[in-house]
Amino acid sequence: MKGVLRKFSFWFLVAFLLCMAAASMVAAQDAPASRNAGNNAGAAVNSAAPAVLSAAASAPIQSSASKPAVAPALGGTSTPSASDSINAGDTAWVLVSAALVLLMTPGLAFFYGGLVRRKNVLSVVMQCFMLMCLITVQWVLFGYSLAFGPDVHGVIGSLAWFGLRGVTTAPNPTYAPGVPHQAFMIFQCMFAVITPGLILGAFAERMRFGPFCAFSLLWATFVYDPVCHWIWGDGGFLKTGGVLDFAGGLVVHVNAGLAALAAALVLGGRIGYPKKISPPHNLPFAALGAGLLWFGWFGFNAGSALGAGKVAATAFVATHCAGAAAGLTWALLDWICNSRATVLGMITGAVAGLAAVTPASGFVNPVGALWIGIGASACCYVFVAILKNKFGYDDSLDAFGVHGIGGIWGTFALGLWAAKSVNPAGFNGLFYHEPASVLIQLKGIAVTAIYSFVASYVLLKAVDWAVGLRSTEHEERVGLDLAEHRESAYTLID
Amino acid sequence: MKYIIAIIQPDRLQETLDLLEEKEIHLVTVCPVMGRGRQKGVAEVYRSHTEAGNLLKKVKLEIAVNDAYVNPTVEAITQGGRTGSVGDGKIFILDLEECIRIRTGETGGVAIG
Repeated sequence: MKGVLRKFSFWFLVAFLLCMAAASMVAAQDAPASRNAGNNAGAAVNSAAPAVLSAAASAPIQSSASKPAVAPALGGTSTPSASDSINAGDTAWVLVSAALVLLMTPGLAFFYGGLVRRKNVLSVVMQCFMLMCLITVQWVLFGYSLAFGPDVHGVIGSLAWFGLRGVTTAPNPTYAPGVPHQAFMIFQCMFAVITPGLILGAFAERMRFGPFCAFSLLWATFVYDPVCHWIWGDGGFLKTGGVLDFAGGLVVHVNAGLAALAAALVLGGRIGYPKKISPPHNLPFAALGAGLLWFGWFGFNAGSALGAGKVAATAFVATHCAGAAAGLTWALLDWICNSRATVLGMITGAVAGLAAVTPASGFVNPVGALWIGIGASACCYVFVAILKNKFGYDDSLDAFGVHGIGGIWGTFALGLWAAKSVNPAGFNGLFYHEPASVLIQLKGIAVTAIYSFVASYVLLKAVDWAVGLRSTEHEERVGLDLAEHRESAYTLID
Repeated sequence: MKYIIAIIQPDRLQETLDLLEEKEIHLVTVCPVMGRGRQKGVAEVYRSHTEAGNLLKKVKLEIAVNDAYVNPTVEAITQGGRTGSVGDGKIFILDLEECIRIRTGETGGVAIG
């Protein structure tokens, strides 16, 4: 019994159950209200009210993702017919997109899993699946409320939507008119899940599992949720400042990329890095993972239109164009510099291009997307192939080099190639005679990058101080599959 | 009785097995192995990081033969395994003390064939 009390996992379970109890009590408070009203619409009106109020309070709202139809929808919610405004096509697309984005996390498990040594493949897969479970629970209990809940000084959402209180099937007119609020919530949940997953590429093969869980939970709460609120939350200060991020170039890729850099610096290199590290153990896995990521990315970007309309088509096409151009560019660079086009190079380039086009996908035309893809591979190639070696940090699977740099390039490039003729909700970029757009985007990049790096560094140091992040030398040599999970991925004899 | 161990290039395996078959040497155990000699391996490139001097993929053959078959076996392996370039491998010949067929319990030279 004494041993149990000293276990991190035990106290985590206690905290989890307490949180669940609180959420249940909150839900129980709401129950009589909806019973009085006789149907769900009653609760829906109650929940929509605070959102409408806060929307009215902060005047210069520039809803990046939602359509110009926001104003009529706002009026519509004051009547009990709110649920009638749900659009079947939009809802179907958002739900399918949520499933597509979910598939990216197992895709990432294969992408990263194929790149590590065979003794560590399960640890990567386990970390990805753990995030699917852990961050989903965090998101439903309080993460969604922190990210998208009623605004507190433009910095964070309040806990008013704790346990999804008031987040019902009625649409939220600010975020996604025409789509049930819960559909929007679960779509965003998938983003919250995969973002900490991207970071693990930086500390793969050497981080203990318990501290990984603790760090991921803290990171989701103190880094992802606030940054998400700044850029996408109603009243977030970057959103009101005009920074555009269609599907998560800043929120997901720059955010995770800079956290990855912090993680690589805090943990230090793997034993034997850089000379004595074996090559990727299963490149077909990595290619499979990259394929799943590419497939899921259509939900990630086109789904961020939050409707099955023109913007979704724009984002879909831009996503595919950038991925293709970037994969091609990296293959050519490999061919020129290393005399061979490689599988790993090609899929790395494609992922870099997809990451780069994420913030821009709903705002640029196909040719702009092709340029973003070309630029993404060029920038990331320089970082991964040249600068990483110069600086000597061990970003094991290039989470910073691909997602961080790709995201920064894409968010910046959005300030160049964005066009109002493509999407009137955006702005005109430098090439459409509005140079100020570049400065706005640079501000977004600087704020996100600095906050993510500093906050992640502090969180990592704190967890390291409390429980220790790194495996022992022996565990690292044996491999995390056996050391952390008592499992092996491949048996030698049937 | 002799026990012959040969390390050869993986791409020469089928040729060598065919030649052994021609000389009526049927008993052979094959393992994929990693190893190195004095030469370095083919450099592989991963995200522009060159991995040189790794262990190389080879194939190991293990063959137990009666004394009369030692020369045909060596001939088959040298003929089948030779490409003429560095890294073609080695043949080791050891004395074999005993051989027992598990199914019948027969021992010695009869058990090998």
